[in-house]
Amino acid sequence: MDATSPDPALLRGLTRPRRRDVFRLTGLAAAGLALSACGVEGKKAPPAGKSEVERFWAGKVKNGRLDFANWAYYMEAEGKSYPLLDRFAKESGITVTYKEVIEDNPSFFGKVEPQLRSGQSIGYDIIVITNGVEFGKLKALGYLTPLDHSKLPNFLKNAGPQYQRRSYDEGNVYSVPYTSGVTGIAYNTKYVDWEITKIADLWDPRLKGKVGMMSDPQELGNFGMFLGGVDPERSTPADWKKAGERLQEQRDKGVVRKYYEQDYITAVAKGEVWACMAWSGDAFQEVLKGNKDLRFVVPAEGATIWTDNMLIPKGAANPVDAITFMDWLYQPQNAAELLEYIQYIAPWDGLKDVVKAHAAEAKGEEKAHLEKMVQSPLVFPTAEDLARFRGYRNLTPAEEKEFRSVFVPVVEG
Amino acid sequence: MRRVRAALAPYLLVLPGGLWLTVFFAVPLLAMLSLSTQEGNLVEGFRQTFRLQNYVDAVTLHWEPLVRSLLYGLATTAAAIVIGFPLAYWIAFKGGRRKSSYLFLILLPFFVSFVIRTISWKFLLTDEGVLLGPLKDAGVLPQGFHVLATDFAVIAGLTYNFLPFMVLPIYVALERIDPRVIEAAYDLYASRTQAFLRVVFPLALPGVFAGVLMTGVPAASDFVNASVLGGVDNTMIGNVIYNQFRASEYPMGASLSFILMALMLLGIFSYARALGTEDVLEVAAR
Repeated sequence: MDATSPDPALLRGLTRPRRRDVFRLTGLAAAGLALSACGVEGKKAPPAGKSEVERFWAGKVKNGRLDFANWAYYMEAEGKSYPLLDRFAKESGITVTYKEVIEDNPSFFGKVEPQLRSGQSIGYDIIVITNGVEFGKLKALGYLTPLDHSKLPNFLKNAGPQYQRRSYDEGNVYSVPYTSGVTGIAYNTKYVDWEITKIADLWDPRLKGKVGMMSDPQELGNFGMFLGGVDPERSTPADWKKAGERLQEQRDKGVVRKYYEQDYITAVAKGEVWACMAWSGDAFQEVLKGNKDLRFVVPAEGATIWTDNMLIPKGAANPVDAITFMDWLYQPQNAAELLEYIQYIAPWDGLKDVVKAHAAEAKGEEKAHLEKMVQSPLVFPTAEDLARFRGYRNLTPAEEKEFRSVFVPVVEG
Repeated sequence: MRRVRAALAPYLLVLPGGLWLTVFFAVPLLAMLSLSTQEGNLVEGFRQTFRLQNYVDAVTLHWEPLVRSLLYGLATTAAAIVIGFPLAYWIAFKGGRRKSSYLFLILLPFFVSFVIRTISWKFLLTDEGVLLGPLKDAGVLPQGFHVLATDFAVIAGLTYNFLPFMVLPIYVALERIDPRVIEAAYDLYASRTQAFLRVVFPLALPGVFAGVLMTGVPAASDFVNASVLGGVDNTMIGNVIYNQFRASEYPMGASLSFILMALMLLGIFSYARALGTEDVLEVAAR
C-alpha cells in the first residue's frame, strides 16, 4: 500500500452507507416492480371453429399409448390391472396408463392450471371433469382440444339424447360424457327408522347433529333452491340468497354435522352421520359392497343430474389414442361393462338389452345384481324421469363470485 | 488472491441458502403480496389496482375462523407445554443411558405420514367406532355423544401432531443445564421446588420459547386436523385459505395469508417482549 491510497478504513466508511442505500434502493425497486408486474394474465379464448378442428387433427397419428386421469371407483380393477382397459389394449393396440388422481374438480384444476397456462403438457391425454365451474374455466381459458367428430362414430350413433345435447358444451365440441348421476340423499336405516323422501327431511330435528351436506357451493346451493321450489338451472341471485338463508337456518339448528368434500359415504355407512347428500353411484357401490342398511332416494322436491366428461387437455401427447378410446367406450359391450361396475345412469336406453343378456348368462349373486340393475330407475331412467332431473346453472366468472359469496359462508361459518 | 478468497468466503457460504430462500421464499412471498391487492378473476385475468379493501373484506368475511385458529393455536401450545415439559424433563434428567432411545420414540410417529396419522384418529374416535361404540352400547355414554366434530377433537389432534416440536427444544435446553448449577442451588438450601422454579425452569425458558414458535405457528395455520377431525363449527383459517386458492380466488387467499402472518408475528414478538427475551431470532436459533 503506498501513501497516496486512502486509508482502507476510511474508504469502507465512505462506501458503506452508500452500498447499503444501493441495496435498499434496488430491493425497493425490485419489490415495486414485482408488485405491479405479478398480475395473472387472463387467457380468454375464442370459441373453437370448424377450421380449428381440422388444423389440430391434420397429420396427427396413433401412438399406441394413452395416459388417462380419472376419479376413484370409476373403473373395475382386478388386482393391479383393469380388465376393460386390457381389452381395449388388445383390440386397439393402445396401452393405457390409468391413474386415479382426480379427487375433486377444483383441486385437480388448481394442480394442472399452471402447466396449461404455460402451454405445457399435463401428462394426461384424457381427464374427467364434471360439468360446472371448472369445466367452464377450462373451456373459457382455451385449455381444451376441439374434438374431431369424424373420429366419434359410435358416440354420435349410440349416445342418448341427454348426452348429445348438453347446455355446458353445445354441439359436443370439447367433451364426451364418461357417465352421469343424480345428487340425492343417502341414509342409514340402522339409525333412521322412518322414511326420508325429501330435502325438507334433512331439516328434521330428529337428525340433530347427524346430517351430512356437501361443501361444494353448487351442490349445496341446489338443495337449498329445490327446497324453496326453485329450479337451480334458471335461478336468480335473489333465489340464491333465499336458499342461502334456508341452509344457514339448517346449520344454526345444529342439524348439520359436517360439510363433506366427497368422503361422506363411509361416514353414512359407519353411522357418523345418519343421512347425507350423496351421488347415486357412490351409494349403489356401497350397497354392492354388502352394506344392506344404506338407502338412496331422489328427493321429492327435485334433483340435479350431473355429467362427468372426458376431455383432451391442450398439449396432450396422444390425442388420436384419446379420441379412439372415447369412441370405443360407446360400443355397446364396452359401455355395458363399464356401467355394470359404476352403476350410474346408462348412456343410452338400448344398453338395457345388453345388460339383460349378461344377466341371462350370469349366475348367483352376479345375476341378482344385474337383474336389479335393469329394474333400477336410476340406471335406466324413463324419459319422464330424465326430464324431471334438472341441470346445473352455468355461471359466468362474475356470477360465480356472487354465487360463492352466498353459499361458501354457510360452509365455513 | 488468498485475501480475495477470504473476503469472498462468507458470501460463498451464504450463497446456496440465500439463493434457495430468495427463489423459493422471497419471490413467492412478493408475488403473494402483489396478488393480495389485485382485482379480477382467472378467466379475465387479475389486475393490480392496489385494492386495500381486499384486506377489509377478508377480515369482515372470515373473522370467525381467523379468531378460532388463533385460539386453537394458543390452546394447542398450552397443552403441548403441559404434556411436553414433564416429558422432556424426565428424559433429560432421568433418562439415563436410554436418552437417545426415548428421543427416537418421540420422533417415531414422524415415520408415518401426518395425514394418515390424523385419519387413523378419525377411525379411532368415530361415533360408532372401536372406542365409543362399546361404551355407548354399555350405557356409559349417551347415544348422542361424539368426540369428532368438537373443539376438543381438533385441538387434541393438533397437540398430538405438534407435540414433538415442543418436547425436543425443551429437552435440548434442559440437557444443556450444568448440573453444578442445580447442586449450587441445593448447597444454598434451596428446596427441590425452589431449585426447579428458580433455576431449572428459567434456564429452560428459551427452549419453551422455541417450542412455542414451532408448535403455535404451524398449529394455528393447520388445515388437515380441522377438515378430518372437525365438523361444522371447527373450520380454521387454513381451510378457508385453501378453499380460496382452490376456487382461484387468489387475492382473497393471499390477503388472508398475510393477515394470518401479521397476527402471528405480532403474537410472537409480544410474547418475546413479555418474556424479556432480548432477541427473538437468536433464541429461536438455539
